[in-house]
Amino acid sequence: MNAKAELSWVPVCELDDLLTNVGVCAKVADRQVAIFKIADQGKTTLYAIDNHDPFSKANVLSRGIVGDLKGHNVVASPIYKQHFCLETGKCLEEDTQIPVYKVRENAGKVEVFLG
Amino acid sequence: MSKQKLVVIGNGMVGQKFLEQFAAKEQASNFQITTFCEEPRAAYDRVHLSEYFSGKTAEDLSLVAEGFFETSQVDIRLGDKAVAIDRNNKEVKSAKGDLIPYDKLVLATGSYPFVPPIPGKDRPECLVYRTIEDLEAIKATAAKSRVGVVVGGGLLGLEAAKALKDLGLETHVVEFAPRLMAVQIDEGGGKMLRAKIEELGVQVHTGKNTREIVDGDDCTLRMNFADESHLETDLILFSAGIRPQDELARQADLAMGERGGITINNYCQTSDEDIFAIGECALWNNRIFGLVAPGYQMSQVAADAISGEFSSEFLGADMSTKLKLMGVDVASIGDAHGMTKGAQSYIYTDEHNQVYKKIVVSEDGKYLLGAVLVGEAEEYGTLLQMMLNDIELPEFPDTLILPQRGDSAAPAMGVDKLPDSAQICSCNNVSKGDLCCAVQGGITELGELKSTTKAATSCGGCSALVGQVLNAELEKLGIEVKKDLCEHFPYSRQELYHLVRVDGIRSFEELISKHGKGKGCDICKPTTASILASCWNDHIIEPALAGLQDTNDYFMANMQKDGTYSVVPRVPGGEITPDGLIAIGEIGKKYNLYTKITGGQRIDLFGAQSHELPLIWKELIDAGFESGHAYGKSMRTVKSCVGSTWCRYGVQDSVGMAILVEQRYRGIRSPHKVKLAVSGCTRECAEAQSKDIGVIATEKGWNLYLCGNGGMKPRHADLFASDLDDETLLKYIDRFFMFYIKTADRLQRTSVWMDNLEGGLDYLRDVVINDSLGIAAELEAQMNHLVDTYQCEWKTTIEDPEKMKRFRHFVNSDEKDSNVVFVKERGQIRPARDDEKRIETVAV
Repeated sequence: MNAKAELSWVPVCELDDLLTNVGVCAKVADRQVAIFKIADQGKTTLYAIDNHDPFSKANVLSRGIVGDLKGHNVVASPIYKQHFCLETGKCLEEDTQIPVYKVRENAGKVEVFLG
Repeated sequence: MSKQKLVVIGNGMVGQKFLEQFAAKEQASNFQITTFCEEPRAAYDRVHLSEYFSGKTAEDLSLVAEGFFETSQVDIRLGDKAVAIDRNNKEVKSAKGDLIPYDKLVLATGSYPFVPPIPGKDRPECLVYRTIEDLEAIKATAAKSRVGVVVGGGLLGLEAAKALKDLGLETHVVEFAPRLMAVQIDEGGGKMLRAKIEELGVQVHTGKNTREIVDGDDCTLRMNFADESHLETDLILFSAGIRPQDELARQADLAMGERGGITINNYCQTSDEDIFAIGECALWNNRIFGLVAPGYQMSQVAADAISGEFSSEFLGADMSTKLKLMGVDVASIGDAHGMTKGAQSYIYTDEHNQVYKKIVVSEDGKYLLGAVLVGEAEEYGTLLQMMLNDIELPEFPDTLILPQRGDSAAPAMGVDKLPDSAQICSCNNVSKGDLCCAVQGGITELGELKSTTKAATSCGGCSALVGQVLNAELEKLGIEVKKDLCEHFPYSRQELYHLVRVDGIRSFEELISKHGKGKGCDICKPTTASILASCWNDHIIEPALAGLQDTNDYFMANMQKDGTYSVVPRVPGGEITPDGLIAIGEIGKKYNLYTKITGGQRIDLFGAQSHELPLIWKELIDAGFESGHAYGKSMRTVKSCVGSTWCRYGVQDSVGMAILVEQRYRGIRSPHKVKLAVSGCTRECAEAQSKDIGVIATEKGWNLYLCGNGGMKPRHADLFASDLDDETLLKYIDRFFMFYIKTADRLQRTSVWMDNLEGGLDYLRDVVINDSLGIAAELEAQMNHLVDTYQCEWKTTIEDPEKMKRFRHFVNSDEKDSNVVFVKERGQIRPARDDEKRIETVAV
């Protein structure tokens, strides 16, 4: 990893601030990012997508229920219940896509990469 | 081409059905249609007339779909009576003096109640039971009466006796014949029926010939009988049979029966080929058909004939009936009296349980000719189909009516033996073929099959049979009904509930690893959360449960369209002190919340952001409030009227009962929301009949109504039990509520749940009141566990710093969500629209 990229990883919270399979919302620069810690066969993976729900136009996706549908890890909007893929940001019901962000754990901290 | 003129005299059930059937035809556009309606209102349901006393309004009973007369271009002459038919000029003269010309005329004048020519019969306290006006007169007279007598122990008479009983009168039935329902049932059945009805507090006097009605000593009236005995009463209701309303036809010189009735042929034509007669005024083959189903058949035949098709004929009708008289099942099929030559009968009598059953079979023992069932009539559907379709009897015909004990199940007739033409529901003329067709069209559920085909939606007598046809057809089509909750669980909600209980499962991870696959979704997670709450009642945002909750449950508030939440503190029974109101008002003001009164008699505070929720709740709890669970699929509110404490009319303390009930069931999670109400008298100001559980005060206690709802498909609750004391009322609610929690599907309201139970309301009564499944004690124990483990979810939350952290909007900042913007409207905030967000903002 080069130095420049290293600088774009923004620490947002402790890993322990996240409950497994429950989202939180982080403010990263001017954006609202929904971060999820998903358990899968004993290990956990972090995902980050935009917090803005394009259907209700409210910042609520971190408060949706996560799960999997037909092999995709998804979150359901808490307002009108559309599903968004956590890996790609694609909506499963409509032809819409929301931004996704890189996220990692680094020394007990959760970091989001703003490109 | 000028339009032909069609005139229909009479807008009763059959007249209206004719209009509907005729209007559905292509040829209807060639006709100009006029209908007379002597009564001040258009057709209504006379079969369910007695429900007018249990709270149904004239509008509820109406049979006319909204806008029917306008869209079908039928000119209805309400309150105008046809007084003469001029056959030479083909005109009908109206009471208002108009002459209405006709090309075709339909007489649907129905019948009138027969009042025997007894001296004194015209006194003002002597009434009949046929129209809504009659019922209003009965109600008014009953209000100043103590004792009521029904003259006539037939079907309608017993129906009327129930009405008098419900109006709180000491009720007697006086019958001329030596037994009740002499036409439909035999001596043994009549005896059993009498015993049961007397047990319900109605006194029966048979073999009584009323000689005169004179002034009474203790009551207003005195009936003197031919045998020198007498009876005192304040009200007399004549229900001694009906007579065809055939005066118009008689004046017009149409062919009539010797004892009345307008003679018709198989096309329902009278002796004048342009005049038709249908329903109870018509005489076919020297018979009057006093039931609604044959009337509907005649109306279809007449509609077919008048349209020029002549495509059907009336060939008589089966007069078998099944009904519930004062809660007693009574059924009569075919040749109930065994009048057929050589007929033999099998009789089963159980005096202990008051059940009487008889079947009449042909001389050769091969076919069923008739049957009488009193006290229990489950076999009605099967027996009726055997008789109508000439299905050969089993080797031992008596097994059809003998009780099933142990492994000796009654021989099933097997619905596959029935032809497609077999009429399953005679009220709505639904054949087996119609049902199969609907199932082939994709219907897999009993409730849906009923609402689509209308089968079993009137008297409900064929409900079990409809269920059998459904199952047989599904099996035939090779359709395995999948009740899978979602792709993660191959189980229905009911099955998952059972697995959770039996295995003692306390987390979603355990459930999905043992019984499902994958990671779960927004269907199975909240469902599991609800089941776990209904079984174990742990705090819903414990770390292991938090991720399963819908956002409403997670934040214990209701998310609105802009992502903010609304807050509803519990106000048990809708009773709140001025201090409580002030506290809510001050909190609303401090946090700049929009406030509105809810339909459940509480106060909703809108526009709270997630980080404000704990602050708001800290203050609400300090002011003595607790969570109202408006966010959960759970027991919501118990609405009440002010009751006997203040109201001039109240007969019980409805507010006290509402508070008792609300405190008992608060916070209990269920398959869907559950609403309750308690009214202090029959005026029903709390609208209890629109609730899942409705309680209405009576002089003697409480009436319990179940399975109503408002919303998209409003439904009145059904009367489940009457005059209960406090303890029994709560016991029944405990059992009912827990049985619903255990067995309903996800998001299934109580009404749909009950419609899908084979046997419906009766079955539910059996389970809850008679404990037919032997689970009553278990249901009560499980309910007690939920009541005992109640906690205010908000109180527990604000006492736990770890839980409090989760309400911040940002995990890494105390800032608020800048996307939440309000504007002012009518002195309060509301969410800003997109265009307003750019222009005008109000500081939050």
